Amino acid sequence: MTGQKLLSTVGFYALVVVIVVFSVFPFYYAIVTSFTTGTDLFKINYLPRSFDWGNYATVLGGRNFVRSILNSIFIATTTVAFALFLAVTASYALARVRFRGRGILLMTILAVSMFPQIAVLAGLFELVRFLGIFNTPWAMILSYTIFTLPFTVWVLTTFMRDLPVEIEEAAIVDGATPWIIITKVFLPLLWPALVTTGLLAFIGAWNEFLFALTFTSSETTRTVPVAIGLLSGATQQEIPWGPIMAASVIVTVPLIFLVLIFQRKIVAGLTAGGVKG
Amino acid sequence: MATNDVGGAGGGLSLSQQRQRAAFWFIAPMLAALFCVAAWPLMRTIWFSLTNTALSDLYGGEWIGFDNYLSLRVLDSGRWIWRGTLVDPAWWNAVWNTVRFAFVSVFFETILGLIVALVLNAEFKGRGLVRAAILIPWAIPTIVSAKMWAWMLNDQFGILNDIMLRLGLIDQKIAWTASVDTAMYAVLTVDIWKTTPFMALLILAGLQMVPRDIYEAAKLDGINPVKVFFKITLPLIRPALAVAIIFRMLDALRIFDLVYVLTPNSAATKTMSVISRENMIDFDKFAYGAAQSTLLFAIIALFVSLYIWLGKVDLSGEGQK
Repeated sequence: MTGQKLLSTVGFYALVVVIVVFSVFPFYYAIVTSFTTGTDLFKINYLPRSFDWGNYATVLGGRNFVRSILNSIFIATTTVAFALFLAVTASYALARVRFRGRGILLMTILAVSMFPQIAVLAGLFELVRFLGIFNTPWAMILSYTIFTLPFTVWVLTTFMRDLPVEIEEAAIVDGATPWIIITKVFLPLLWPALVTTGLLAFIGAWNEFLFALTFTSSETTRTVPVAIGLLSGATQQEIPWGPIMAASVIVTVPLIFLVLIFQRKIVAGLTAGGVKG
Repeated sequence: MATNDVGGAGGGLSLSQQRQRAAFWFIAPMLAALFCVAAWPLMRTIWFSLTNTALSDLYGGEWIGFDNYLSLRVLDSGRWIWRGTLVDPAWWNAVWNTVRFAFVSVFFETILGLIVALVLNAEFKGRGLVRAAILIPWAIPTIVSAKMWAWMLNDQFGILNDIMLRLGLIDQKIAWTASVDTAMYAVLTVDIWKTTPFMALLILAGLQMVPRDIYEAAKLDGINPVKVFFKITLPLIRPALAVAIIFRMLDALRIFDLVYVLTPNSAATKTMSVISRENMIDFDKFAYGAAQSTLLFAIIALFVSLYIWLGKVDLSGEGQK
């Protein structure tokens, strides 16, 4: 009996180790590669052999990579601010006010977030050209709204629905208008939810590729994913793996830190976004 | 149970009306924004698909009906020639690739996600560490993970070929991403690696809503854990599982970035999104690509309505209150 128990414990921890190794190894290997230069790159290293910042210098030194990072930060921040601004009032109305068609409206918003983005690409391309914002950050800010806005509205609605009725009733008795209720009563309570939702939307905007690829045409306007996706060497055959890995590590490390710091909140936000059935 | 309807409960009719009027003005800006970025472009895409518009001249298109989808020309010799995306082998190849990718990846993500979720639901030392570890693949941008794996899967200097050679799983180095036979496996591997954490977290949320005493009772009765899983756990988490699967399925059907970066220009992995964009932007067949993306939209819309209708999935979350 104890032998069997020991066996199952060992088996369980073996499974845990497998899960952790599978999750972490590719990123570990990217870090190892990012510190490897020259011909060392073409020997397979399981453990870090050299510690050379050369690839980082190459990436940050040229090819507009820093510019791409700034573009991405600007685009993601603006998109999130815009989405949160519109979503706070809308989700208050959707969560706290009973009106006809609310269910259908919520379903429509959810449907938009499941939209295949390619289906709006042709129409958005025309819109972007019409507005004269092709190859500017505004093209991305406009188009990212299609996934950040439904997501933030949806998650904030679920958060707001869970807030107790009493707070709002007290405010109404005191004669507060809906606008006062949102700004003075709900907003202070919503800060944690806003941070989570904002962070998730930020990650979504930071990682987006299809629109950023289609709506930019010069290296200086590229976002980080496009810059990394199209990073190439002097010739077609020669792929600069070292610098690519260095660039990958640069853009991923801040995200991983954010995710680990806000771990619990993110899990809560994801499940609210993914909807409890 | 308390309802959210504060206006109706607390005040008179006028208060409720006032709240509804305010609600309208709160929702209107969001709806206007969604109309501009979603509804309008979608309608324009569908319209473009019925014209012969070119990328260089967006306003010079003429109405050609359904010719981009299917058209028939009878030659003088009496031969029938069908044209359009519905008889285009490249399109059907992309449809098949997408469907295969979606089903296989979601299948494995569900199984593996379930296993990871069950592990995380158990009490053990270092659980926080494991949860942090599985969040890493999720946090890494898709393009970055595509590049990381492309390097690991590299035919000459890739570490995976090296590991498999050492373990004796393969007897020569394989060009995983370039070879027609293995490109799809490469895409599937990376996608499963990247999205299993998301699946696991959604399932874990479902698992945590199952009351612990049920397990205690089953344990006291001496019921086999496997039986407990299939008879108790699985039925209880089914709603959460269904929602997670539909979300992942919709995501998988529209996959673009991973395929585009990991296996560029490979017919073995080209998906519907990739082929549509290629026609629209790269091949200067704007309207033809628009027709293909309209078809993808129709397929996904059909899939969603079927799923909701058949599964009676409560996506709005209203029923749980």
